[in-house]
Amino acid sequence: MDPVALYECLTSLSCVITQTSTGLIVGALLFLVAAGLTLIFGVLKIINFAHGSLYMLGAYLALSAYRVSGSFIVSTIVAGVGVGIFGLVFERFIMRRVYKADVLMQLLVCYALILILDDVVKIIWGADFQSMGMPEAFQAPPLFIAGGIIPVFYIFLIAAAAVIALVLWYVLTKTHMGKIVRAAAHNPTMTSVLGLNTNWIYAGVFAFGGALAGLAGALAAPVRSMSPGMGFSILIESFIVTVIGGMGSVSGALVGALLIGLVRSFGSIGFPFFVEGIMFLAMALILVLKPSGLLGKEPRA
Amino acid sequence: MSKRPAFKKELLIAALGLAILVALPFLTSSRVTLDFVIRLAAFGIFATSLNILVGYGGMVSFGHAMFFGSGAYTFGLLMQKTGASIPVAMLGAVVFCALLGLVIGAICVRLKEIYFSFLTLAFQMLVHSVIVTWTALTGGDQGLTGGIPRTPFWGINLGNTTQLYWFACVVGVVCLLMMRYILQSPYGYTLRMVRDNADRARFLGIDVWRVKLYAFILSASFAGIGGVIMAMFVSGAFPEFTYWTMSGEAVFMIMMGGLHAFIGPVVGAGLLLLFNDIISRTTEYHGLALGIIVLIFALGFKRGITDFVVQAYRLATRKGLQS
Repeated sequence: MDPVALYECLTSLSCVITQTSTGLIVGALLFLVAAGLTLIFGVLKIINFAHGSLYMLGAYLALSAYRVSGSFIVSTIVAGVGVGIFGLVFERFIMRRVYKADVLMQLLVCYALILILDDVVKIIWGADFQSMGMPEAFQAPPLFIAGGIIPVFYIFLIAAAAVIALVLWYVLTKTHMGKIVRAAAHNPTMTSVLGLNTNWIYAGVFAFGGALAGLAGALAAPVRSMSPGMGFSILIESFIVTVIGGMGSVSGALVGALLIGLVRSFGSIGFPFFVEGIMFLAMALILVLKPSGLLGKEPRA
Repeated sequence: MSKRPAFKKELLIAALGLAILVALPFLTSSRVTLDFVIRLAAFGIFATSLNILVGYGGMVSFGHAMFFGSGAYTFGLLMQKTGASIPVAMLGAVVFCALLGLVIGAICVRLKEIYFSFLTLAFQMLVHSVIVTWTALTGGDQGLTGGIPRTPFWGINLGNTTQLYWFACVVGVVCLLMMRYILQSPYGYTLRMVRDNADRARFLGIDVWRVKLYAFILSASFAGIGGVIMAMFVSGAFPEFTYWTMSGEAVFMIMMGGLHAFIGPVVGAGLLLLFNDIISRTTEYHGLALGIIVLIFALGFKRGITDFVVQAYRLATRKGLQS
């Protein structure tokens, strides 16, 4: 516990800038994972407990693609597309079978997938910690803004997440496809009565959510070390994000993710041992005071 | 109200089962068998306690291991730091788990289905990270080492393996009986009604939130006892006890054993322990093998072992009636 350090940081512009940039990249990664989680929940009404494993898969795929191609952009695309395809296959062959079953079966299927993927990663990439290292394109000297240090890659990561958020917002609210997805989320029976194949909408949303997690994994690869099981902590955090922002709300996920990211980076200065506690406290408060989340819609009776 | 006559049957079965278990050390000197039964007692209580929530309350908790681990840690710490006697430390562990269950349950039980599952999972990770970070008290990653003293009490010396075995058997059977008694009581049937139709229960004037919360506290307390037995057996407590995989295993034990028969979770616990022993002997990829088994049960059989047995029994008796 060191509130003095936190106060000193908050009064110095350079420290505020450095910590804000760290908070923003944590938030950006969390947003990508949480957006997929919340989209899948909004449309399919299931929580994909294995979402963190998709993030892990994305990071490892990016690592291999980077080692082969040497291009970070290529490895990001490979991770996004690869995990998207994996999500599609998983949805079509396994997840689809438990939509109608009770929560217990959905939980068990995800539990099995997490166990299997962790071991598959262990078999292919090994159980040790791995890191991609900073890609050459981003090995430029960091920017100094008012004494604060911001690595170039951070700016790229934040920009990439912002672009994805914008595209997501545009697709969901302005396009025909977005309208279909929202209709399926709102009333799947009516949507299928109108002649739209909800099965494929479900599969598409699941694959898209998976691709977002895969992208997040690839974007995280240069700044985080990888190990089997890395998906689990981000799963819990992105769940907290979705609860705070409101289940099923993508804009809520953005607000929640940025909030948690900033709490994490500033909290690590002032009260490193209580950062997690504060996240949970925030979640518990939201659940008691406004169960639908900050931006979630009140459930209709 | 007179005592329910049906419960005599349960007492008889329990007495019979206990008698067989107690006699076991005289029949076999195999340490492996006795160790297996001790672990079965711990996990049987743990899985059955979770089934109070899942099977009878319709609340699928994915964080139940937090109570298993909390029981183990509270018991171990009370024994190590305060030198309390074993019964007192056990009571302390149960009380702590009940209080933890009260706090976490009060937040969680209002939530619906999968939301509830995820929230319990999240709280479990909080408990896990507290245990890992609070190194001064819990030993962090290494776990609560240094051994838990097994001070003799009431003429029982748990340092002796056979006596530890008997103790575990008695505690296991008594806990199962208590849970059975609670679930067959009017409260147990209220819980079933809340599971099946919460609205109707509410119309009848039942405080649904309270009924669910009581179930949460009860199952937390019993899970704590399971943890205590485990802590006694391994003479320590480890962070893995509160890890999510432990909760996942408990959920799978219930599903594999069958959640519609009271004894189902115990059967599932036995089977999973057996599977785990076989898997870890044959392959280092434990998760891969277990994951495939889980998928086979969840997607293939879709039901637990005891469900098949019950079905076969019903079929057989119906045929008998017809002829």
